[in-house]
Amino acid sequence: MKNQSDILKVVNSPYKEGFETDVESEYAPKGLNENVVRFISQKKGEPDWLLEFRLKAYQKFLTMKEPHWLKGDYPAIDYQDIYYYSTPHKKAPKSLEEVDPEILKTYEKLGIPLKEQKQLAGVAVDAIFDSTSITTTYSTELKKRGILFCSFGEAVKQYPALVKEYLGSVVPYTDNFFACLNSAVFSDGSFVYIPKGVQCPMELSSYFRINAKQAGQFERTLIIADEESSVSYLEGCTAPQRDENQLHAAVVEIVVRDRANVKYSTVQNWYPGDKYGKGGIYNFVTKRGLVLNNAKLSWTQVETGSAITWKYPSCILKGDNAVGEFYSVALTNNHQQSDTGTKMIHLGKNTTSTIISKGISAGLSSNTYRGIVKMAPNADNAKNVSKCDSLLIGDTCGAHTIPVMVSSNETAAIEHEATTSKISEEQLFYAMQRGLSSEEAVGLIVNGFCREVMQRLPLEFAIEAQKLIGIQLEGSVG
Amino acid sequence: MLEIKNLHAKVGDKEILKGLNLTIQTGEVHAIMGPNGCGKSTLSSVIVGHPSYTVTEGEILFKGKNLLKMAPDERANSGIFLAFQYPIELPGVGMAQFLKTALNTKRKFLGQDPMDAVQFMKYMNLRAKALDISPEMLKRSVNVGFSGGEKKRLETFQMAMLEPDLCILDEMDSGLDVDALKVVGQAVSVMREKHRSFMIITHHDDLLQYVKPDKVSVMRDGQVLTTGSADLVKEIEAKGYDKF
Repeated sequence: MKNQSDILKVVNSPYKEGFETDVESEYAPKGLNENVVRFISQKKGEPDWLLEFRLKAYQKFLTMKEPHWLKGDYPAIDYQDIYYYSTPHKKAPKSLEEVDPEILKTYEKLGIPLKEQKQLAGVAVDAIFDSTSITTTYSTELKKRGILFCSFGEAVKQYPALVKEYLGSVVPYTDNFFACLNSAVFSDGSFVYIPKGVQCPMELSSYFRINAKQAGQFERTLIIADEESSVSYLEGCTAPQRDENQLHAAVVEIVVRDRANVKYSTVQNWYPGDKYGKGGIYNFVTKRGLVLNNAKLSWTQVETGSAITWKYPSCILKGDNAVGEFYSVALTNNHQQSDTGTKMIHLGKNTTSTIISKGISAGLSSNTYRGIVKMAPNADNAKNVSKCDSLLIGDTCGAHTIPVMVSSNETAAIEHEATTSKISEEQLFYAMQRGLSSEEAVGLIVNGFCREVMQRLPLEFAIEAQKLIGIQLEGSVG
Repeated sequence: MLEIKNLHAKVGDKEILKGLNLTIQTGEVHAIMGPNGCGKSTLSSVIVGHPSYTVTEGEILFKGKNLLKMAPDERANSGIFLAFQYPIELPGVGMAQFLKTALNTKRKFLGQDPMDAVQFMKYMNLRAKALDISPEMLKRSVNVGFSGGEKKRLETFQMAMLEPDLCILDEMDSGLDVDALKVVGQAVSVMREKHRSFMIITHHDDLLQYVKPDKVSVMRDGQVLTTGSADLVKEIEAKGYDKF
């Protein structure tokens, strides 16, 4: 252990999900134009109303400018140099037996169980490989309870009325540059509908993987929890290691109706780029939920991957007594740049929100918490508590906290608390004197730092997330 | 157990240890006494491999092995434990989890199977009871929010858990009241065994009233001036360090 340089050594480790799968893929012509939008819609056999939605979004997109207010830099994105549609097989598989064995192997390597008999009890999985959903497990069993869980493309065919009613209802295509792009070219994603009064008996999970070269991933997730229902939804992401940057612009819309309860957990581990900052995913994501009377939406995210993360899972607390929560761990290393946080928009009376954000930065990375808490004129007795903690490893990284608070109601209360701390040489030495390696010591301290958020994750996910943090920090100290 | 020959060490450009010689036999309780600034704490830091100190000359053999070639965690796993004068806080890291990781790392190092959670809890509760450490104390983060006396009791508790061969106590008696001194003294007495050595660094004789040393070495200006029996303690108390 030699002073500061040692701490820096623990953070550099190989990306373990960085392998490529050799499958034949079908692409849309490279670049973006009206024909590509029509191509995607046609490939998916979509109805006219959905094609119209896409085309309206595309027209709007042409008038919009890429925003650049995030705390970070990246070279201009050439939107004509991206494949907007890539699918690993020409026909949609009807069952697991028809799925390319290479793809099944990929998911096996990733530890994602697709064969139902091998599954972790109680987790249903929808796996998205590039632009197409590979399989949705357990959907028959869920259907018995009236729960709809399938790929977005499937939902368009099977439940067009529901999709038409809710698509764009929380994140309109005009919302922002990346949401607008997604609305024009989204390929697949997951769809969940929980009927009135039904408590979903298992965790629903989506697994996203980008495989094709120079392909963007634009998935669209729509979750509707009808009155008095509840569901816990998990999302995981990985991508192979590539030298060029790849774009990921997803949209997640959630509608939480009266007295319903939705918990949405993410472990994001997109390829972060190499230690010199080459390659990696640009993760520009719009996630938002509409929360009605006495309903609750809870976001939990563990963000360890991506070259750039730009995401603000938000709650519009429209109903009275609505509850919004945001629990976040964002870990950045090497040249990663993360700008993440939440928006809590209090519209209803007695609405409450909680924000717990833990940022860990190492290497040359930059880690920013950015959030807005807004109390509207009618939000009588609304309450927010925010706590943003930053942990620095080494002294070449940056941590920033940019909270915005706007209150238009005298009875509303906003509390904000922020801390910054640093893993010291003395702490590492103390742990090493007890026999721990510097990696183990950093792992313990970092996991202690973010325990408050980790314990919100479902158990298997929490273990995976803890391991991920350990892997991401390998080499940052020595 | 420990053999130090002609040890020179510096912090920054300042030489603090200037040709120190010291031998601690297996099973021996050896007190190191000396005035402030004589290099007592530097000696303990160098033995455990603190990165702020640079050894410029000399050697340290621990159980016959060259200690200076080993990383701090390797020294710890080989059986050296330092009870810190100022224990470091590890916010968010629970004591039980910390010790379980440490213990199983050591067991792995020694080629033993790791303890599972149930075995570990049993083992920990037994040791805690013997040293009067409440379960409440073990639920909290390592050294966070404890008084000086409690921190030092927890240092001896960690020592008892990890069962080292060489226990170094660095000024354990500074800032301790009589009750806490007794507890620390008892811990040493309980752990005193034929195969285990103690190096007790102290400024005065408070702790030595509860732990009778086999040998006493007097340090001054980065060297050991003399080594003798426990009677040296009385001599120092009567005449002060100036005599040496």
